This record gives sequence, structure tokens and C-alpha cells, in this order.
Amino acid sequence: MTEQGVRWTAEQVLALAPDAASRKAGSKLGAAGPWSGAGCSAVGAVWGLCKGSGSKPYQTVVDTAGPAYKCTCPSRKFPCKHALGLLLLWAADAAAVPAGADAPDWAEKWLESRGARAEARQRKDEAKPADEEAARRRAAARAARVTAGAEELEQRLADLVRGGMAAAEHAGYGLWEETARRMVDAQAPGLAGRVRELGAIPGSGPGWPMRLLEESALTHLLDRAWLGIDRLPEPLAATVRTRVGLPASARGPAVRDRWLVLAQYDTSDGKLTTRRIWLYGRESGRTALLLSFGAAGRAPDLALAVGVVLDAELVRYPGAGQLRAELGERFAAPVPGDAPPPGGSVGEALAAYGLALRDDPWLDSWPVTLRDVVPVPAAEGWQLADADGGAALPVTGSAVARPGLWRLAAVSGGAPVTVFGECGHRGFTPLAAWSPDAPGTVPLT
Amino acid sequence: MTWPWEDLLTSALLGTDRRPLPAPAARISGTGPRRDGGDGHPFGDGHPDGGGRADGRDGLPDGGGRADAGAVGAGAVALDAPVALLDAAAVATVRRRAGLLPAAAAPLPRPAPRDDRAPLPEAAARRLTQLLADRPSAGGGGRRGTAPDLTELLPQWLAAANAYGYRAPAAALPALLDAARARTDLRPQALAFGGPRALWLAASNPEWRFALRGASGGTALPAPDDAEGVRRLWEEGLFAERVALLGAVRAHDPAAALDLLASTWASERAEDRLMFLDSLRTGLSAADEEFLERALSDRSRNVRSTAAELLSALPGSAFAARMAARAASCVGLDHTGRQATIAVEAPHECDAEMQRDGVVPQPPSGRGKRSWWLAQLVEAAPLGLWRERLGWRTPEEIVALPVADDWRGELHAAWCRAAVRQRDAAWSRALLGPASAPPASGPGASSSAALLATLPDGERAEWVAAFIAAHGLSEAFQLLGVCTVPWSGPLGRAVIDALDIARDAGSYPWSFSGVMGLAERCLDPGEADRLGVLTAAYEEGENASPGAGGYWAEAFQRLVATLRLRAAMHTELTPPGR
Repeated sequence: MTEQGVRWTAEQVLALAPDAASRKAGSKLGAAGPWSGAGCSAVGAVWGLCKGSGSKPYQTVVDTAGPAYKCTCPSRKFPCKHALGLLLLWAADAAAVPAGADAPDWAEKWLESRGARAEARQRKDEAKPADEEAARRRAAARAARVTAGAEELEQRLADLVRGGMAAAEHAGYGLWEETARRMVDAQAPGLAGRVRELGAIPGSGPGWPMRLLEESALTHLLDRAWLGIDRLPEPLAATVRTRVGLPASARGPAVRDRWLVLAQYDTSDGKLTTRRIWLYGRESGRTALLLSFGAAGRAPDLALAVGVVLDAELVRYPGAGQLRAELGERFAAPVPGDAPPPGGSVGEALAAYGLALRDDPWLDSWPVTLRDVVPVPAAEGWQLADADGGAALPVTGSAVARPGLWRLAAVSGGAPVTVFGECGHRGFTPLAAWSPDAPGTVPLT
Repeated sequence: MTWPWEDLLTSALLGTDRRPLPAPAARISGTGPRRDGGDGHPFGDGHPDGGGRADGRDGLPDGGGRADAGAVGAGAVALDAPVALLDAAAVATVRRRAGLLPAAAAPLPRPAPRDDRAPLPEAAARRLTQLLADRPSAGGGGRRGTAPDLTELLPQWLAAANAYGYRAPAAALPALLDAARARTDLRPQALAFGGPRALWLAASNPEWRFALRGASGGTALPAPDDAEGVRRLWEEGLFAERVALLGAVRAHDPAAALDLLASTWASERAEDRLMFLDSLRTGLSAADEEFLERALSDRSRNVRSTAAELLSALPGSAFAARMAARAASCVGLDHTGRQATIAVEAPHECDAEMQRDGVVPQPPSGRGKRSWWLAQLVEAAPLGLWRERLGWRTPEEIVALPVADDWRGELHAAWCRAAVRQRDAAWSRALLGPASAPPASGPGASSSAALLATLPDGERAEWVAAFIAAHGLSEAFQLLGVCTVPWSGPLGRAVIDALDIARDAGSYPWSFSGVMGLAERCLDPGEADRLGVLTAAYEEGENASPGAGGYWAEAFQRLVATLRLRAAMHTELTPPGR
């Protein structure tokens, strides 16, 4: 087995599936039956021929380093069930997908063209003429539109508080939706998103007035920050621009580290699927967030298997208290990770969130690792309690509804475990767990 | 400039026009927004008074808002009151979030009991995840393609894993419990595999309550020879625990179980008595006769008939002798003709004694009373009776005798039930007849299956193989269902040959989907290589249904793929070094 030869687990493969139907269809194809001529290379390419209903078998090839997929089937799902099935077979059966073989011509051709395309893109990026003057004009025009939007939103919030939020319960969603559209017109998607959330709060159950006031006040804070952005220190100004929704690009220095993939999960607003991948740098001790987006029906491009360690460079996005980064060059294939990040107590987790608010007061949560905590079913929901039984964090309501929480309870068995998750004012959302009884990272998403 | 959160919230709710903010508090109020319950996120109550370990204000952009707020607070200009309120609320919100304290922990759960079984090999654990992830498709039906049906393999996988004594991976337990919840047939194996931690987990999720009800018991049963523990649980336990306990004790020491049951019999409820009585099927022997005889006069009719059924499985019992006398008076030999014939004279009444022995007087609709009574008498009479009664003939000879007046069907059906109940292989063999005989003349598919179950494994497989060779697969489904898995070589070959013949005949494979599914689960995985030739595309004959050849190739591919998968499953489960 080469250093490349680490095969993924079935869960890692299934995490790539764009939907439940693909997951199921892919699982069915993850057996030797329909496959022939399968193999994998030392640089992470996997290929095979899958017998379908037609006379000619489908040619499926996957570059696991991307991951990227190519299949001759007509499916519009991406990756298609054949790619998933092939990867499952590769994951489960070293004999059915032997390593070290030469790729057949059709696979080789695609793999080569992929390499060539990547190079071409890089050259193009470097060669892009920098018309700085025009760019500055465009930015100024956009800033003016955002400013108009922020002022309008300020007016809207002041009207809300002047007239009384109690009326908001009856005003319905339409009023907010109109304001959100105005923010989209103002090219401030961050503000638009906040406005939509404000519109949803009155219907969100008991305690809504308090949540509405909190979120209105923080939106107000963001408006004021934008309107006074000239007077803010640059890191905070960058954070404000990001929160308002202006595009930013990763520009920080590249940091090479061995990055442990802590969690990967998707959220969707119906139009866009957002994938979040949390990484922990083994040497730097830093936590980073990769974001990847997919249009409806397509899984976001980037997929990393939970529990592996990547030797790679990350480039940070600007802004104080911002963890987002972009994945740069990868130096080796992923290898299985072992130990969890060092963690702390429940109190330390809340303190970390509190400290992070100094840099970004709009943060809803902060990534933390809890060491030696026990999941506890309590009257109001679940808690993660320090093993000595003193302090505890409530688990967020949305996490309680997910199957991951039961996996966490099962892995713990009432004994202390290490848990990674997002800790914030709504509570703690567990995303990954490690038990002293069993090796490896247990994904909870 | 700060106000208590309650003031801010009240003003915001009613509107600053109606409810202006009061004069600001003199000192910074430590209370952020209070969580008064009901919002589902109970954090600790204490908030640091100003500052604290992480004062959120340090991080606020100190450009616009704050200065305005000061001005507004001092001037109390109505126009800017909302802005002042929002400023103050923003500060309070960030401060509250920055100063959150942990909640008090609820009592920690009792840890799950230790499970010292060996962990699964890695490949087997991956396979389990895959099997559990595959859910039966909604709507069922449809074309199945060439890929194996993973859900159908889960029972085998669990049985094999349990046979090796592996411990279930903790992270797989929720999926395992979900699968067992959806499919009752999986429950015993799934719960055995899940072990104590699965039960521990199920206790906190109402959706998994079934696991605690199961016969394997929610709480640990005392050892069957722990007399005191057994006695205590028997007297204090819940119904399900008591059923499980009785079953465990009965399997260990039948007499002790009987004593236990007898000790409280009179005070049990009728439904409970019925369930407890049923537990005596295990290890039934002559020692139980006296107890069962008493149960024949039970208040509950269901208890009486179960007692009678159990007694009829004890050919040496006084009950059996009474039934034998009754049955013998109804069935005899008539030598008057050229050939000896069985003459039947069904009973004319169902007297109180018969009813006490479990004979149900009222026939189901559509059946005559007398034939109904006769059937019950013959079914409950020991089969040994007939040898003497019918001229020292063997079962085969008796079955071959003609029966007068159309009683043959009724009489043979009753003998079939008796042979099954008394697990009499000789009579079963006779009643089944030769496998090559046309199925129409036999006892019917479901009776045949029940009779086959009384034969030794090898003989059973041989009979079914011969049946399939003679009659094909169309009536073989139930018979195949009682054969031991994996199928013996001759049986497997008979099934494959019959499928091959069906393909040659040009019918569609889904006419055989039931048998095909069984074959996928039950054929010996070693047959996969022999089957390879059948998976090739096949020249369709003249009579073939359109496209059938391709579908058959697909069906055989799936069969081979499933067999290979089963072989792989078992290899993965084999402990290293074996």
C-alpha cells in the first residue's frame, strides 16, 4: 500500500451524496456485482466500469483528491450513484478495486485534462490584468448602495421600536420580506439575511419578544457600524464588511499544517446548499472553517472525510474573529487522524465564546472542544455536563432533533467523552465526538 | 447609558411612543436579558456585574451608536428614543452573551453496563453501517436491478455477528434500534447484538421503548439458579419481566419453572395465565401433565384450550388416552368390501367431558358440527393409536387406505395437524407422500411445509429438492421457507436448475421473484461461481416473452452479486487467526 492508499470509510463516501436517494442508490452499487475493470492509482484516482441497463457499461472515474467525478451515465446528480458505488466498493473491498494498476485510457485522459485545466486556471488568475481604477469605482458605487440600504433599514428598525414590537406578531412576514428584497437590491445580502431572520422570529414560539429585540439591536449595531466604518480599525471593518455581505477573498498568508477534519455538515435555504467544514491545525492549534456552496440539487464541490488529517495550506479570509479560510495546496493524501483537539471544560467553552464576541459581536457561536463531558437528558432537553457533575451546557434545540445526538449518547454510554461543536448563546451544537473506548472520530452531523 | 433589560423590552414591545424609556439607571445593571424559562435554553442565571471576565463592550464598534445614545439619553428627544433603545439593547445583548455562565448540571446518568464482548473487525463495522443505511424503498415493487438487496441481508449478518459474540459499535446503536423498531423480525437478533448498551440507550428514547418490552428483558434477569432473585422478580416484576424470567428458568430447569408458575397460578389474571402457560411449550414433558390436567378446568376458555393442546403433545398422558378412546370410537376399519376401507362415524354430540378436554363445540361458520368435532378429536389423539386400531398397519399403509363417504380430506388433514403437533416424523413422511407425486394429491403447500419441519434437516432438503425437480418452483416457495440455511448442495442445485428451466421456457423472472429472493438469502455462497455462466446475456427462444432474456441476466447477476456479498460478509466477520 502506498502512502496514498488510505481508503475512505463508507460514511465518508456517503457524505458526498447529494441527497438520500443517491445515497441509497449508491449503496446498492457498492458491491462487486456490476463492476469490472476497477482499480485505483497511487495519486488517489479510482476507476471502474459499471454494468447498467444498456449494452455498454458506464465508465466511472473519481479523483479522490478533489474530489471530482466523471461518469458516462446520463444522471444529472453529482456525484452520480455510479461514482458513489465505485467509491463504496473502493472503501470496502481492496480486492475488488486493486491498487497500483495503470488507469485505462479513458480514465487517464480525463485525469490528464483535469490537471491541465487546473494549470490553465492558475495561469489565467496570475495573468488577470489589474484594472484597479475601475475596480475602485465599482466598489465605491456598491458601498453607496449598501449605505442607502443600511439607512433605510435603520429607519425600519426605529419604526418597529417606536410603534412597538407587539404589533410585529400580527404584521406577518410580508413586511419583512419587502425590506429583505430592498436589502438585496442594495447589494447587501448579509443585511437581507438578517432581515429575513427578524421576520421569522415572531412566529418562533415563546420568548420571541426578547429574541426579536436582541436581533433587532444587533442588526442596528451592524447598520451603525457600516455607517461609521471609516472610524473602525481595519480588522473590525473587514468583519463588518463580511457581515454586511460584501465579497471578500482569502488573502492572508498561507498556513501549512496538518489539518484534522472535525466536522462537515450542510445547511440549505432551498436555493443554495452551504457546506461547512471545520478543521483543526495539529501544529498551530488553530481552528478554521471552510465554506463551500452548491446550487439546489447539487452537493457542494468540496468534501472532506471527517476524521482524516490533511497536510495542506489554508489561506485566511480577512476580518477580526473570522475563522473562514480557503483550502490551498495539498501536499499529501489524507491519512486517518487519531486524537481529538485538546479540549476544555464547559465554563472555558463559554469563556471562549465570550472572548470571541470582542472581535465580532455578531457571532452566534464559536467552535470549541469539550473534554470529559457527559451527555445528560434533562427536563428541558439535553445537556453536556462536565464529568464532575457541576457545570453544564444546554444542547441547542435544533441539535436535539437530529440523530447525531443519539449517536453521541450511544458513544458516551454515560461515561465522559470529548466533543467538538459550536458553542453560543443558543447553546451547544455537538458535531463530532471521541470516546476513550473506541478509536476514531465519530461524526454527529 | 444603560437600562435594566426588562425596561428595554417593555418599551420595545409597547413602542417608545406609548412607553418612553424611564430615566436611565444610575449604575450599570448587571442583569442582561433574563431567561425566564420557556425558551428552551436554560443557561446559568448569574450574570457578571459590569466587566466580568469577558466584557462584550470592549469589542463594540465605538463609532456612531454610543455617542448618539448618550446624547439622546440626556436630551430625551422623542425622535431618537428608538435609537437610544436599540443602542442600549445591543450593549445589553452582547454583554449577556459574553457573560453567559454554565447551567447547573442535571444528575448524571447511570453509566451503561460494561460489555466485554470483542469489538467488530473494522471491515465488518463498515459493512454494518452500510446495511443499516439501506432502507427498503417506499412503494416496494418495481425493477430491482442487479444490486443486492441489503436490508434482506441484515438478519443474516446479525445472526453471524451474534454467533461470533461481537459487541456492537456504540455509534451504530441508534441506527440498529431504528431498524429493529421498523422490523419486528429483526428485534431479537438486533437487541442481542446491541447488548446492555442498546437497552441503556433505549431507556431514554420513547421511540425505542419496544427494546425494554422484549423477551430479552429490559433489566438484567437474575441467573435462573439464583432461587431468591428469581422468586423476588417473579413476585414483584412487571409482566414482561416475569414472562422473560419464566422462559429463562424453563430453559434451565423445566421443573423449577413449573413450581414457580404453580405457586402463584390461582392469583394470576386470565391473559397472564395464557402467556405463562404458553411458556411451558419449552421442555414439555410428562412431569407437566398433572398441572396441565388441572388447567383443563380453568375459568378461561383460552387457557383451557391451550392446556388441551399441550396435553395432546404428550402421547402418554391420561388426556391423550381419553382422546384416543373418543377418536377410536369414530374411526375404524370396514372389511365388508373387497378392500379394507376406513369407515368414519363422526361424533353425534359434544358432551361436557369433551368440552372439558378442550373440544370447542361451536364450529366456525361454513363447517358442519360433527365433522368439526371429529377433526378436533383426531387431531388431539396420539397417532400411535391408529396402528393397533387399523390392523397393525404402518403409517404409509394407513394413509394409502381408502376412506369411505368423502371423509378422506377431513381425516388426513386432522392427521397432518396431529403429526405436526406431536412432531412425529414417521407420520409426517407418510402424509407428505413421495415428493414426485402431483402436489394436488398431497396435503397442500402450507400443511406440507409444517410436516416437513418435523423431518431431519437433510431429509427435508432432499424432499424439497425432489419436489422441485418434479414440479418446478411455482408451488415451492413455502416449502423452501422451512429448509435450513444455507441450502444443502442438492437443494441449491435443484433450485438453480429449475430457474434455468423457467428461463428456457421464456417466462419473466418476476414470476419467480419470491423464490429468487429466497435464493439470494439462502443459497450457499459457494454456488456463486457455478452461477456465473447464467449471468451472461442469453439468446431468447422463439416462445420467450419479449426482453425476458435481459431481465433474467439481470436477476442472475443480482443473485451472484448477493451471494458474493454474503461470502464477503462472513469473511469480514471471521475473527483474525481463524
